[in-house]
Amino acid sequence: MSKVNLSLPAVQIRETRINSITGFQGGAEELVGLSRCGVKDNPRSFTQCVGCATSKAACMTILVQDGAVISHGPVGCSSCYHDFAFTYRVNSPLRGVEHPTQRKIYSTNLTEKDMVFGGNAKLANAIREVYKRTGARAVFVLTTCAAGIIGDDVENVCDEAEAELGVPVVAILCEGFRSTVWTTGFDAAYHGIARKLIQKPRTHRDDLINVINFWGSDVFTDWFAPFGAAPNYLTPYSTVESLTRSGEAAVTVQACSTLGSYLGAVLEQEFGVPELPTAPPYGIAQTDRWFRALGKALGKEDIAEQVIAEKKAEYLPQIEALKAKYRDRAAGRPLTAYVTGGAAHGHALLSVLGELGIQAVGAAIFHHDPLFDNGVSDNDQLAQRVRDYGDVPNFNVCNKQEFELVNVLRRLRPDLLLARHGGMTLWGAKLGIPSLLIGDEHYSMGYEGLVNYGERILETLENDEFVKNLEKHAVNPYTTWWLEQPPNTFLRQRGNHEQCH
Amino acid sequence: MSSVIEQERYTCAIGALQSVVAIPRAVPILHSGPGCGDMIAGFFERSTGYAGGSTSPCTNFSEREVVFGGIDRLREIISNTYKVLDTDLQVVLTGCTSGIVGDDVDALAEEFRAEGKPLVTVETPGFKCNNFEAHSQIVNAIIDQYVAQYAEENESRSEPNTVNVFASLPYQDPFWKGNLGEYKRLLEGLGFTAHILFGPLSGGTGEWRRIPRANFNILVSPWYGKHVADHLKDKYGQPYTWFPYIPIGANATEEFLRQVVDFAREAGATIDYERAEAFIERESAAYYEEIDNLATFLLEFRYGLPNHVHILHDAGYVVGLSKFLLHEVGIVPKEQFVTDNTPEKFKERIAAELQSVSGKREIPVTFEPDAGLCQDAILRLEHSGRGLIIGSGWDKELAVEKGYDFLSAALPSPYRLVLTTNYAGFSGGLRVIEDIYHQVLTTYR
Repeated sequence: MSKVNLSLPAVQIRETRINSITGFQGGAEELVGLSRCGVKDNPRSFTQCVGCATSKAACMTILVQDGAVISHGPVGCSSCYHDFAFTYRVNSPLRGVEHPTQRKIYSTNLTEKDMVFGGNAKLANAIREVYKRTGARAVFVLTTCAAGIIGDDVENVCDEAEAELGVPVVAILCEGFRSTVWTTGFDAAYHGIARKLIQKPRTHRDDLINVINFWGSDVFTDWFAPFGAAPNYLTPYSTVESLTRSGEAAVTVQACSTLGSYLGAVLEQEFGVPELPTAPPYGIAQTDRWFRALGKALGKEDIAEQVIAEKKAEYLPQIEALKAKYRDRAAGRPLTAYVTGGAAHGHALLSVLGELGIQAVGAAIFHHDPLFDNGVSDNDQLAQRVRDYGDVPNFNVCNKQEFELVNVLRRLRPDLLLARHGGMTLWGAKLGIPSLLIGDEHYSMGYEGLVNYGERILETLENDEFVKNLEKHAVNPYTTWWLEQPPNTFLRQRGNHEQCH
Repeated sequence: MSSVIEQERYTCAIGALQSVVAIPRAVPILHSGPGCGDMIAGFFERSTGYAGGSTSPCTNFSEREVVFGGIDRLREIISNTYKVLDTDLQVVLTGCTSGIVGDDVDALAEEFRAEGKPLVTVETPGFKCNNFEAHSQIVNAIIDQYVAQYAEENESRSEPNTVNVFASLPYQDPFWKGNLGEYKRLLEGLGFTAHILFGPLSGGTGEWRRIPRANFNILVSPWYGKHVADHLKDKYGQPYTWFPYIPIGANATEEFLRQVVDFAREAGATIDYERAEAFIERESAAYYEEIDNLATFLLEFRYGLPNHVHILHDAGYVVGLSKFLLHEVGIVPKEQFVTDNTPEKFKERIAAELQSVSGKREIPVTFEPDAGLCQDAILRLEHSGRGLIIGSGWDKELAVEKGYDFLSAALPSPYRLVLTTNYAGFSGGLRVIEDIYHQVLTTYR
């Protein structure tokens, strides 16, 4: 049953739309099983700072080349966005943007007076001012807790401004308190973009493929070339014009299924662009499936087989050579690793480990979507990981709760920590565990990704002097009491057994 | 007043949680929406300290707390904080959500205080003020709710040669750690015991408890932190001496130190005044040894050096750097931009201070937190010669567009790492010189 409804100003939050959760401790296989029968969230009685929807909506809009972004809230609600401006500049060569322009980021700077009298007029003025300064092709307005609670009518203000200025003014309703799953912010941004920018296509082109991703390197141009197609990246480094034409694409693929879950479903259900019905290509088996699914979607199965054969001929020997190096290194015992990252990409890294023969001894994944918005179980990357490479014990759904991570890492003492998000590698390193964070989500993708990532893992394992030294001097703010408790101490329910009855 | 702020150079009230992070072994507990801590960590970067960033407990307001209030959730988080984190001082900071729904956090804190836990609470909803102002509220809250608990064993003004220093705001001033360390070193050189209260060179919560003992306080700031000095004057009868900008280089540092010495004499401090003067002279001589060597370079380098500067920073740096660069380096300050949202009542004084830099020239100053407007103004200006921009990471692109040299010295600072560098003091001035000409010389390939 689809929950896509573009006639509503706000996207439904993840918890209610697809039953996403942020608390679970058990096994990966157990979670996959529970996911098919209505897994329940397991909240915590102690929590640390997490992150919220508004900054997730921000990164998907700030990196649109010719847009401007207004955060409608107090000045603090946009204070980390300079980082996206930096990312935009630094990664622009990876996406062929030769002259990256200054990011246009504004705050309406809501103050105490606005809390009393409302911020609608201030927002209306802000939109005019920003359009005057930037001449942006679209203005994105992001909401915040304060604007949401005082009840500003952001949708209406944006519609009036759009009529006045003649450019799209996109209301993105993404107040932090609305959802316990910060990825709701991606959904909110895509919802606004789909409502205001993406146009109903007259026809579908067979040479354009939507890629929903972050700001990773452009691997898809080469990958799609044999199929006679080019990527249409959504939404970082897109233009307002390229966004409007997303409905014309032949198919939509994802770099991380949780990121594009909602937009993939919207493009399929509202604009007739099918979403590739399989998980992203991490690990050999899944890369085979992915290219085959792509060939099928484009009616070019023969080309898919040809691409698979050519790539395997090139990369399988390299992968085998790497695996031999790992075996040497392990010297008779399995190498172990722990993964922390967002859903889907974290699962993808678990597949990469499985392929390289490294034993995943646990994971802390920031949230879990039992099924994505398209409802297709073949898109479930965790299920695929369990099917292809077996169970992952100590599988923790945990929204960046550092205290749990520290507790678990101290117990498991893996040979390696893989992380996808900032702030998490520190604790691996403090415990003397070689830790690797790779920001580029495309780096480990496909057959060549296994080589890329595999080599980086070897390098990380080899060069451990830094973490070994850090371990000796690491500051630890956690109590001995806590470090000796079981890691699920602060989960409301200690077990998952009752869930499916 | 502009309807927007473009390119933020400060954050909101709850951002002053970094002042708690800066106290050794203290923990901020956020009663706020789930994203506040992340936004603050993202603004300051590399600012986790002992228990900030992802370590800080947070109630992570959801719809449920907005509707029903968040006090029960906060009680649970505080109780468990004592179990999980090994800390000496706990400070609850509230965000917009709590502020709007009206949670009575102080009443909750009383429950913990009744158990002998000196929990501090402070209201810091983001709509209330920025972090420059909220810093004072947090410090005053710690004084009233924590320091005051230990008043009996810390008699007010009982140590004639001890001073409390209120100067650089932790983390908001990228050079705070180095600056506070340098003030401490200089004041100890004069014969004082200096409480700097923040950073690894401070004495942690023990030093905070001893605040009342100080004979007098030293405020080094154009405006922020003044509430703290005023509050201590009322509370413990401690007078304070106010130096209204950051002393960078020899002229300002000597003036600052002599001002402190004169004030100490009036306040009855018993330091060895001759030794203090000798210390100043020795530091000064070491400084001029460097300037002497450098002058040849400044005068004779043939391939182009900047001759004028625009600074976008808080008022303390705008004034301090302008004075220093004109008199001690020979770079002329042109139009200057104060981006700290200076309260109205201080602007005139700051503008006058900047005017006093030189009797020969006018230095126009704009007070504008909307830095997009500052940049637009700079883009419209034209001065002859090679220019220099000192500002935040946002200004790197401006400098490229103008063809100017650029020094990143304000937040946010994605293009520069600062650890323990100080810009205050004699050595701070020399470091500014090193940084500027390092940038300049790097342009020669």
